Amino acid sequence: MAAVSVQLTSKPIGASRPLAGSFGDSMFVIDQSRCIGCRACVQACAECGTHRGRSLIHLDEVDRGASTQTVPMVCMHCDDPTCAEVCPADAIKQNEDGVVQSALKPRCIGCSNCVLACPFGVPNYEAELDQMMKCDMCYDRTSEGLKPMCASVCPSDALWFGTAEEFAEQRTGTLVNEWRFGNQQVVTKVRTVADGAGPIEVGAEASFRWQDDPFGLDDGSGR
Amino acid sequence: MAELPVTEAELIERFGPHLNEMPAGGWESHANLDREVKTHCCFCGQQCGIILKVADEQVVGFEPWYDFPFNKGKLCPKGVKRYLQNEHPDRLLDPLERDPSAPGGFRPIDWDQALDRVAGEIRRIQAEHGPDAFAVLSGVSLSNEKSYLMGKFARLGIGTANLDYNGRLCMVSAGKANMTALGMDRASNSWADIPLTDVVFLAGTNVAECSPITTGYIWEARDRGAALVVADPRVTPIARTADVFLGLRPGTDSALMTTILHILIERDWLDHDFIAEHTTGFDEAAAAVADCTPAWGAEVTGVPAARIEQAAELWGTRATGMLLHARGIEHQSKGVENVLSCINLGLATGKFGKPGCGVTTITGQGNGQGGREHGHKCDQLPGNRNIEDPDARAFIASVWGCDVDEIPGKGMTAQEIMEAIHRGEIKGLLSICFNPVVSLPDTTLTAEALSRLEHYTAIDFFMSESARYADLVLAGSLHEEDEGTSTTVEGRVVKLNQAKKPPGRARVDWDIIRDLAHRLDRGRYFDFEGPRDLFEELRRASAGGKADYAGITWERIEDEMGVFWPCPTEDHPGTPRLYEGGRFAFPDGRARFQPITYRPPAEVVDDDYPIWLTTGRTVSQYLSGTQTRRIGPLMEQNPDPWCELHPRLAQQLGIVDGAPVKVTSRRAAMTVAAKVVATIRPDTVFIPYHWAGDQAANLLTNRALDPQSKIPEYKVAAVRVEAIGEDR
Repeated sequence: MAAVSVQLTSKPIGASRPLAGSFGDSMFVIDQSRCIGCRACVQACAECGTHRGRSLIHLDEVDRGASTQTVPMVCMHCDDPTCAEVCPADAIKQNEDGVVQSALKPRCIGCSNCVLACPFGVPNYEAELDQMMKCDMCYDRTSEGLKPMCASVCPSDALWFGTAEEFAEQRTGTLVNEWRFGNQQVVTKVRTVADGAGPIEVGAEASFRWQDDPFGLDDGSGR
Repeated sequence: MAELPVTEAELIERFGPHLNEMPAGGWESHANLDREVKTHCCFCGQQCGIILKVADEQVVGFEPWYDFPFNKGKLCPKGVKRYLQNEHPDRLLDPLERDPSAPGGFRPIDWDQALDRVAGEIRRIQAEHGPDAFAVLSGVSLSNEKSYLMGKFARLGIGTANLDYNGRLCMVSAGKANMTALGMDRASNSWADIPLTDVVFLAGTNVAECSPITTGYIWEARDRGAALVVADPRVTPIARTADVFLGLRPGTDSALMTTILHILIERDWLDHDFIAEHTTGFDEAAAAVADCTPAWGAEVTGVPAARIEQAAELWGTRATGMLLHARGIEHQSKGVENVLSCINLGLATGKFGKPGCGVTTITGQGNGQGGREHGHKCDQLPGNRNIEDPDARAFIASVWGCDVDEIPGKGMTAQEIMEAIHRGEIKGLLSICFNPVVSLPDTTLTAEALSRLEHYTAIDFFMSESARYADLVLAGSLHEEDEGTSTTVEGRVVKLNQAKKPPGRARVDWDIIRDLAHRLDRGRYFDFEGPRDLFEELRRASAGGKADYAGITWERIEDEMGVFWPCPTEDHPGTPRLYEGGRFAFPDGRARFQPITYRPPAEVVDDDYPIWLTTGRTVSQYLSGTQTRRIGPLMEQNPDPWCELHPRLAQQLGIVDGAPVKVTSRRAAMTVAAKVVATIRPDTVFIPYHWAGDQAANLLTNRALDPQSKIPEYKVAAVRVEAIGEDR
């Protein structure tokens, strides 16, 4: 993720557009720092009733040479989805819960505008289907009150689905769902967890962390 | 018999591993389910609850079991895809007999023919070479009922002392240390204690990959403010987030722990009342660490002294703490001492028997806990009784209705059995759920040994790499094709439910064993109708033992979502947390400090083999891969093994990321792709062990055993690493 071009701001939980429909009060939260890279989410996504073996979640290594950090990415389900705005065929719809769907098969022309435009890099163009497919928040499950597959199985709670009250009771960190990409402001249904409140200061001098020298090689303290 | 019946390529063509990619009947099958069966995952000691979907009498998928308290629906990738071992093209459907003229080297025969031949070979070999010349190797992928049955069958059915199990490659160092210091062998706590703790200390346990669900518990503790300390030669995914990382050299764990004990004593971060009232041997343990200063510890382990002090301070000053360890410290020729050095830290600070306090192993294999209690270890009778204890022998003889002299004495351990086969002392072998040619160290010797057997029968559901050497391969049952119980990492006894029947002419394992017992004219000891009868007998056999299941019923397990042993009576609630009130499982109630003095690994680096090798698991594979190397989506995660090495070492050796490297130990050499990562010590390389043939990491590993537990030293060997390809 291009950290430098992204500014994060925090917003109190529930201050964005109220959640409607059968989602109830539940929200989807990503905490990348907890990801263990096991790919249970990737495997389980394929098992969701309507996905038929196709996994729609992204799980990327950031820089395996340097770190075991991995990053899971579901669709952020923007309030005003860029993918839908740039779709020339009006193929991408948002339902009453605010869930942004995969492109409608009869309308999708496979142009990949959405793939290029999404600020989070979520949509996939599936060549053999000639259709854009993306995370639909397991709509067949969430519309019936079940958790999405990825957040059901995630062993480390890097992917989490529950109410704001449950989050406040169980978890630490600030929820972020408002983003600025240059001049574009994006508010998302899905939230991520940041350490502290307020905008993240990019370029500030970082204090030493052991992760910068895990084995004490640079100062010779490790042998 | 001698070599493989046909070439490896022909064996693979007929029996796999092939990859299963899709549910039986395709994705449409989910629309017409016959039923959903609540059971447990088969792929590690956590035994996560899972719901299996059954359509057209095949397991076609899963659904999270949100209500099961341990994992609440969570699963790792193995659990998600476990259903793909079903309706698999490689599934064995018949009893098979070695026949080099048949496709794949084996031909189907009748059960009568097969079992008569096994019985005949057992009796022939025993008549010619003595009762112990026929050995049994069992596995803890088996339920409690089948583990119990295999122990009884080896002793009373066959009459051999030489029975051991593949838990010998997994939990035995922890088991021995727990019995020695604490008086019983079970996790000290249910996992519900982890979120209550103030410091989590992970020693040699890659929880993110080997017990992924445990990471959620650790984060719960951290959300409450707990600190995380991780000791590992690699920055594993959980280690990445640690507060203190101790990147120690392989094989130096007890040096780290004795240094920490030294610091605790020096700074007086001790619980003097606990030591005085609930332990013995502190003075001897303290004397043993008198010279283990931080400077000494740093020199031996390679960890900066300041970090060792930070870890000691967290452990010593926080009110509660849990130390979790696993194969990293246990798979060593001093595995027992490593575990004892951890237990000493818990005893010194009074971190036992209270909420959020404990020192425990994270059991690795499916039924790693239950399978080590019910008597299919060479030195053990049911209830975790000592086979050399006359009272235990007399009690078990009374349960079995046999003469006490009919129960053989202590036999050889798994690796010792394989070496006795290699020497020609053991001539016959029956194995079940054990793939030694992949899982034992020094693969070359294991393969040679199996080739020297006069008779080998393997019971399995797939043609494992070891079964290829067999005279007879009997098609047994998968986890989901039988019912019974299993005991989880927490000591929670859970119920495994049958989702479907074995396919073709395959039979449930206990039915094969019962039939064989009758053919050996020992049917009178094996008069049971099914696993429920076996469990009832196990309850009686365990009553009063260290692992007491007497009060556990299948009904209670289902009603209570598992019951924690010890549970001596039906009105006993079970025991999620051990040692409450500082009462340990000895007659005097006191835990035993053990004096630990660091000693080096069996093999150390030198000019010829200058780099440490350590081996372990990856999240997408399970044990020797017999099941998981047949599941397409799991193989896609990591199709081949690799060799992790630090950029500094790679640069020094002229190795680039992804290029093949030759890794050579005193046993053998293998070629594997380099993975250049800064997350491993520069003096150490890592190779995962789940693969077979020329991809087997155990080609390189050392057969050195811990003198007490007889676990092999998988975690430490000396190797040479070379770039291959162009001349340099």
